[in-house]
Formats: sequence, C-alpha cells, structure tokens
Amino acid sequence: MAQLTLSGIKKGFGPVEVLHGIDLEIKDKEFIVFVGPSGCGKSTLLRLIAGLDTISAGEFRMNGRRMNEIAPSRRGIAMVFQSYALYPHMDVYENMAFGVRLMGLDKAEIERRIADAAQMLRLGELLKRKPRELSGGQRQRVAIGRALVRKPQLLLLDEPLSNLDAALRSDVRLEIAKLHRDIQGTTIYVTHDQVEAMTLADRIVVMNNGRVEQFGSPRELYERPANTFVAAFIGSPRMALLDVERQGNRLGLPGSGSLSLTRLPQIDERELVLGVRPDSLTITTDLAAEGFKGSVIYTEYLGDNTFIYVRLGNGTLVSIRTADAVELAPDTPVVVQVLPDAAHYFSRSTRERLAA
Amino acid sequence: MSTAETYYDRKGLLQTLGRDGLIQIILILNTIVMLGPLVIMFFAAFKTNAQIFQSPFSFPDFTNVTNIVKIWTQTNFLRYLLNSVIVTGSSIVIILTLGTMAAYAIARYRFRGSGFVLMFFVAGLTLPLKLAIIPLFILMRDLGILNTQLSLIVIYVAMGLPTTVFIMTGFIRTLPNELEDAARMDGASEPRIMWSVMLPLVRPALVISGIQNLVPIWNDFFFPLIFIQKDNLKTLPQGLTTFMGEYTTDWGVLFAGLMLSSAPVIIIYIILSRQFINGMTAGAVK
Repeated sequence: MAQLTLSGIKKGFGPVEVLHGIDLEIKDKEFIVFVGPSGCGKSTLLRLIAGLDTISAGEFRMNGRRMNEIAPSRRGIAMVFQSYALYPHMDVYENMAFGVRLMGLDKAEIERRIADAAQMLRLGELLKRKPRELSGGQRQRVAIGRALVRKPQLLLLDEPLSNLDAALRSDVRLEIAKLHRDIQGTTIYVTHDQVEAMTLADRIVVMNNGRVEQFGSPRELYERPANTFVAAFIGSPRMALLDVERQGNRLGLPGSGSLSLTRLPQIDERELVLGVRPDSLTITTDLAAEGFKGSVIYTEYLGDNTFIYVRLGNGTLVSIRTADAVELAPDTPVVVQVLPDAAHYFSRSTRERLAA
Repeated sequence: MSTAETYYDRKGLLQTLGRDGLIQIILILNTIVMLGPLVIMFFAAFKTNAQIFQSPFSFPDFTNVTNIVKIWTQTNFLRYLLNSVIVTGSSIVIILTLGTMAAYAIARYRFRGSGFVLMFFVAGLTLPLKLAIIPLFILMRDLGILNTQLSLIVIYVAMGLPTTVFIMTGFIRTLPNELEDAARMDGASEPRIMWSVMLPLVRPALVISGIQNLVPIWNDFFFPLIFIQKDNLKTLPQGLTTFMGEYTTDWGVLFAGLMLSSAPVIIIYIILSRQFINGMTAGAVK
C-alpha cells in the first residue's frame, strides 16, 4: 500500500527552477498519470518521487513518512525507464533476479516470483536470452517484469510506450491497465500522450511549465477543464478556443458575426474565451443562419466521422465533427453553430474557467 | 584492325587489385616488418654464437635447446621472471582498481572540482617522469624503499594512472545513466552498482588500459636500473643485460632469454586481442 503526499515540491537545476511548488495527494491503489508537453517537468517530478534526484524544497511523504532524505534503494519503489535500462550483460532471468536477490529473499521465493512474472508477461521462453536478442516489446515486458518481481508499494513508469510502434502500443497499454488491477498497488505513469492518459488513469495530473494545471479524473478534465491549457490539451482534435466579445447574451467574434447562447457566465468581463469541442459544433451552408461565418479549409473523411476544418473571420481554425459524410469543397463559405450547453467559458485575462 | 590502347584503357594498379587488394598488400608488408625481428629472435634462440653471425636468417635446428636449458639452469632467469611478474602484476592491478574508481567518480558524480581532478590526472600525461629521476631517487631513499619492488610499483602506478583515468572516464561517460538509476531503484548500493553493473560493462576499456600499461611496464629498463641493485630483485629487462659480458656475449642465450621474456606479453595479447579490438571499436557502431 502506498499513499503519497507531495507538498510544495520545488526542483531547480542550478539557477533554473523547473518545478515551482507541486502539491498532490495520491491515494492508495490509484493509477495516476502525469501528462503534459515535453519539458513540463513531469519526468523530473517522477525522478524526485523515485529519489533519483534530490528535492530542492518542499516535502514528499509516503504513508505519512518523510522520504526526502531516503535513498532510492530504500524507498520500496520500482521504476520502468523509457529506454528500459536492462542490464546488457545479464540474461532476462538475471535482470529480474538482480533486485530481488538484493532484497535478501531465499532462492525458492525468488524463483517463484520470477516464474510468476514470466508467466504473467509471457516471458517463459526468453529467460535465457540477453536483452540485445529481444525485440522492443519483449524488452519492455522484461523491464516491467523486473519492476514487478520486487512487489513494490509504488510502481513508476516513465513514458514506457514511447519506443514501441503504434500497433504494439495499444496492446501493451491494455496489459499495463490489467497489471495495475492485478498487483493492487499504486502506479504513477508519465506520458505526453493524452490518449494514454485518458485510457489508463484513475486520475490525471496535467502539467505545464513546472506547475500542475489540473488534477482530476479523465471525465472531469474533459468535461470541466480548469483553464484553457487543459481544455486544449485534452481531447483530439483539440478544442477550439475563440476570443469572443460579449454583449448581453450575444457573443461576437470579430469578422465572423455573433450568436446568442443561453447560460453565459455571471461575470462582468466583456472579453471571454469560448471553448467548444469538435463534436459540439455544427455546420451549415445556409449563410442566413445565426452563427460564426467562415470558410472551409479542408475535410478529413475517416469513415465513421468526418472532420471539417474551418477558418473563421478572425483567423482562428476550428475543427467540426460530423457523423454524415458531407463533402464541402475548400473555400465554401459556411456558418458554424455552437450546440447549447456544450460551451466552456474562460477568462481572457487569467485563462481560468468561468462558472456558467 | 589495330587496337589502339589509349592511356585510359590500360588498367591501373588500383583497378587490377581493387581497393581491398591494395590494403591487403600494405597489411602483409606491415606484418612482415613487424614479425621479422620476432622471427629472427626466435631463430637465434636456437643457434650458437657462430651460427648467428654466419647465417642470421637461416632456419636453426629446433632440437638444439642448449640455450634454453642454459638459461633455465645456469642463470637467475626464473628469479627475474618472477620479479617482473610481481612488479608488473601488482602495478596493473593497482592501476586498474584505482583508475576505474577515480574515473567512475569523475564521470558520474557531480562535485566541485571534478573537472580539476580530471585535468590533474591528464596533466600527468605530459610529464616525463624520467626527468624527475633525481628527486624521485632522493624521495625513495628517504622513504627507505630504495632497492625494493615497492619503489618500482609506486612509480609504475603513478605513470599508468593518467592514461587509465583518461580512457576509463571517456568510456564510462558513454554508458547510459539510466542503467545505474535502474540499479539504484533495484535496491543496489553504490559499491554494488560499481561491481555488478558498471564493471562488466567497462571490461573492454579495462582490457585496453591493461595492455596499454602492461607492455611498457614489463619492458621497462630505466627505473629498475636506478632503483634496484640487488641481483635477486632485478626484473627481466635489467636481468637480461647481465648476459652481456664486457668482452664476450653469448648471443644465443641472450636471444633465448628475450624470447622467453616476451612470450608472456604476446600470449596475454593474443588471449585478449578480441576484447581489445572490441574496445577499440566500441562506440563506433551502436
């Protein structure tokens, strides 16, 4: 069991501060995903939890115990590295046995654990092979196996899928989700891929520029993004963010006309950001209809869906999802409408969510 | 019809042999130059003085092993050989142990002055120790280790460390950091990481450093000449000179001694040559 508390965690490398005060409360048995663009500090935060880098300021507690000064080897944490970091001179069995031997377990127990892990990860025939004789997916499984045999309280995964090809990626993703359920431990998973984050996580930590933008379940992040960064980061294609001006209950977009929406935020600010996901937009060629005017850039036909990309009057590009196979030639003038109740509002100045 | 051969129809040497053929020829010539003296030494070890001067390049009678028997029984050769093994062996062991540990620290731990420490070692490459022979002699005398094997070992270790630290630091830096992180997460202590993870991986570099130090130390004549006077402490190169008399020299015996003294290094080199080549090309191909 592992319950983590991070309070005011800061990390600087020389004069550069890469984490500016991270506060997180992670419950036992949760699957947590750190997600964010590269350079946002998510891997650094993971290395601080692992103990591979030292925390500059703040406190990290695991099950109530302060961990800042505890060596990584004594934290009871296992980690799977992006490059797998298998010991090249040891075979698969030795790679997995290295850590458990250091735990001082007896021989029978070590063999039993490795046999279990090998069976779970389908590594049975590979135990005598060296890492260089394995494929990427097999190395990945060995790296996970090496972490699992130690029965860690906390499992850390640093972008484990980024070196795999696309077909393998979704398979391994499913396996990781299943493993998490089987081993009943706490897992922290780092990725820059929001699809991995959404599919795997109980709760997601969205990070940007060394700060936590939002911490919540995938559903919360999708349905109630806390700010424009999360709104744009979660969901694919991304949410359109329109700089609109409000007059009464009408929202105007410079160069594209205006439309009226119910349930506008109760706030005095005139300048708002209107966020709409592709599935909350509709499109019509009836130019007299109420909505934002624009012209079609291109259409993407995906079989079940068609995405239409439209440039609005102020230059913003929005994508619209339609179920019907409409075909609109480029440069067709269209009117884009927003489904009521599906709009998100953000402050133009703070970029924070405004309650509707 | 006359076939007028113009200059570009004629095949050049490069075209006839090809690039690889030319390289082969150069390598064969090089091999002859390198092996020639060794072969002559080997032949001469089985000849008498007269035969050596009459026909230096002829095949000897390999059944005539009187020179070798003489070396074995009538000289202090075995004693010299043992001394050389002791001095060279302990020097190499100490050089590789200290060198690897220093290089690991310099390459991996960030601490104030790590750059200076490396430069300090590398600066040793530029210093000819032989220039300091008189102060060294005084130092050894004051330490009371003149005329002991320790005086040689200390000097050889000092001579060997700069290159070893230099080679090993460069090599360790090419190894991925994540391996040590992985070992740390696996619960390994720093000495354990060094021993179980790093050491097996740096073996090619260890072999290079080892051979690179082994040859000059084994062959060194200068320092034993200065520091060792007792006959039963002399190393091979120094000991072999006692075979050269003031008026007459038994060349056959001398060559037999040379052959036997060069044999260990050659054998070690052959055994380790594959690792040596691996080490030389490490990093060239991923």
